[in-house]
Amino acid sequence: MIANSNGNGHTNGNGRFVVEDNENLSFSVNRKVFVSDDVLEAEHRAIFDTCWIYVGHASELKQPNDFRTRNVAGRPMIFCRDRQGNVRALINSCRHRGALVCREREGNARQFYCIYHGWSYNTDGTLKGIPGDEAYPPGFDKQAKGLVPVPRLEHYKDFYFASFDKNAPDLATYLAGAKDYIDLVVDQSPSGRMEIISGVQEYDIKANWKLLVENSVDDYHLVTTHSTWLNYMRNSGVNITPAKGHMLPTKGFGKDLGNGHLTTDNPNYRGRPVAKWISVYGEEAKADIDAIRKELVERLGEARAARVADTNRNLCIFPNLVINDGSSVTVRNFFPVAPGHMKVIAWAMGPVEETEAQRARRLHAFLTFYGPGGFATPDDVAALELAQQGFAAWREVPWSDLSRGMGSSQEQLATDEGHLRVFWRKWSELVEARQ
Amino acid sequence: MNAPVTPGAVTRGEIEDFLYHEADLLDRWKLDDWLKLLTDDASYYVPPNDKPDADHRYTLFTVADDIVRLRERIIRLKDPNCHAEFPPSRTRRMISNVRIDGIDGDLVEVSANFAIFRHRRNEPVRQFVGRYRHKLKLTDEGLKFYERRAILDAEELGPMGSVSFLL
Repeated sequence: MIANSNGNGHTNGNGRFVVEDNENLSFSVNRKVFVSDDVLEAEHRAIFDTCWIYVGHASELKQPNDFRTRNVAGRPMIFCRDRQGNVRALINSCRHRGALVCREREGNARQFYCIYHGWSYNTDGTLKGIPGDEAYPPGFDKQAKGLVPVPRLEHYKDFYFASFDKNAPDLATYLAGAKDYIDLVVDQSPSGRMEIISGVQEYDIKANWKLLVENSVDDYHLVTTHSTWLNYMRNSGVNITPAKGHMLPTKGFGKDLGNGHLTTDNPNYRGRPVAKWISVYGEEAKADIDAIRKELVERLGEARAARVADTNRNLCIFPNLVINDGSSVTVRNFFPVAPGHMKVIAWAMGPVEETEAQRARRLHAFLTFYGPGGFATPDDVAALELAQQGFAAWREVPWSDLSRGMGSSQEQLATDEGHLRVFWRKWSELVEARQ
Repeated sequence: MNAPVTPGAVTRGEIEDFLYHEADLLDRWKLDDWLKLLTDDASYYVPPNDKPDADHRYTLFTVADDIVRLRERIIRLKDPNCHAEFPPSRTRRMISNVRIDGIDGDLVEVSANFAIFRHRRNEPVRQFVGRYRHKLKLTDEGLKFYERRAILDAEELGPMGSVSFLL
């Protein structure tokens, strides 16, 4: 499928982009995978055309005929609820000559209409009308000319995913252990209903998309890349003293959830709207956070409530969805437009039951760390863009090192790279072993 | 609350001088001097590109700082470990179409257009274009920002990337 770095094919370990040596405890990734058009094309076919790719959340489509347009795996997509209330993902391309039939970001529409020749479609995708249809030949089948749905669309607890492979395993099987970590997010809502909050953050990073997978779950970089955020936390009265023998205030873990999914799993020190108070929230928020906590305990029991409230987890669902359940909840999706260029789309998520004060606190907590105007994300972007610039010398410096924590007899820490290796093994399995 | 502003107590020329002075401080990274242009309860907002008229209490913004976080933002911007802005970006701000939109008690509501060109080594120039909507307070020490709002025109941040400096 792809030529390897020395052009000799890759039938053995030495010819591969991802090289794991468990005898000598090394794990290396060839930097060509971040700069090559051929590799990106192979990723489109082997990953984005076969895996379950995040489309959107049911809460974004509240009413029948609500729609959102977005890019899914490189395809223009209409994510909508039809007149009967069914959630759909339709390819946004007229069956006649190809133009987009919906140009708005979001809204409510009774039909999708092509401005080119006027073909119109119902929100379930069926063809509604063709101007001058008497000119079409006998046998022209209007019923077969609806908008094309994605081959597969399934959801897990309102998170909708599409697969362009009609033979893909069902979503629940695909998600494997990631389901437990989605549950930890959903359990924050008394009714089990989380919602995407209005306001989207869409920004480009001039770096390869896989770097954001690594960055989203890599706790090794926190102390160096985010020292100004840690200063802010300390100035606000949050204890950021590293735990004994660790780089971070708490001892967290990096976990393999199966099928290429991975997560960090850390005891919380940075506060959580559900439900762990820190000084940044202000004294007046204490009683409210206590009440949220009490509801959790009553509903879930002490142990489960502590699991939900007292840990934060950065979950990566292979290949390109990250749910950071930290000082707020962010749903972050990203996709490549070129080897050195990705587009990021990120939302905040919260329980539907939140009061105005709780919602405002959640959003305030979100912006302290996350997003293009946050105290941390811009420095992540800087780090990723610097890495991409360094990759220009991939021929001279071909290998990135991901061996941190290898050979440890203990569970892998979040500051190790064991969970990053989970991603790369799956990537290699799909992109390299398919040949 | 101070006494209500009487119409005509401040001229557009004075507002323009204030905004040009502010732009100059920001372009020269005189951030401590810039902080002196704020009231003790000032706030700073950059709404999300898809919901430019939204309220930060219900909608995820790009920036929604109260004075506490705004002061922390300045501490961060002055720190060499603020990697997104080290070395500091070179910026140039163009401000035009300055108008006094109204008077609300002791606040003067002001709007203006802005175009900010941001230069960094190894990067193409990034352009931030939009509209300011400020609420200014007339104090004994002159005009100050009570609410500072920068609304970007673009449909998405896209090639602007981060909003790591002050718009």
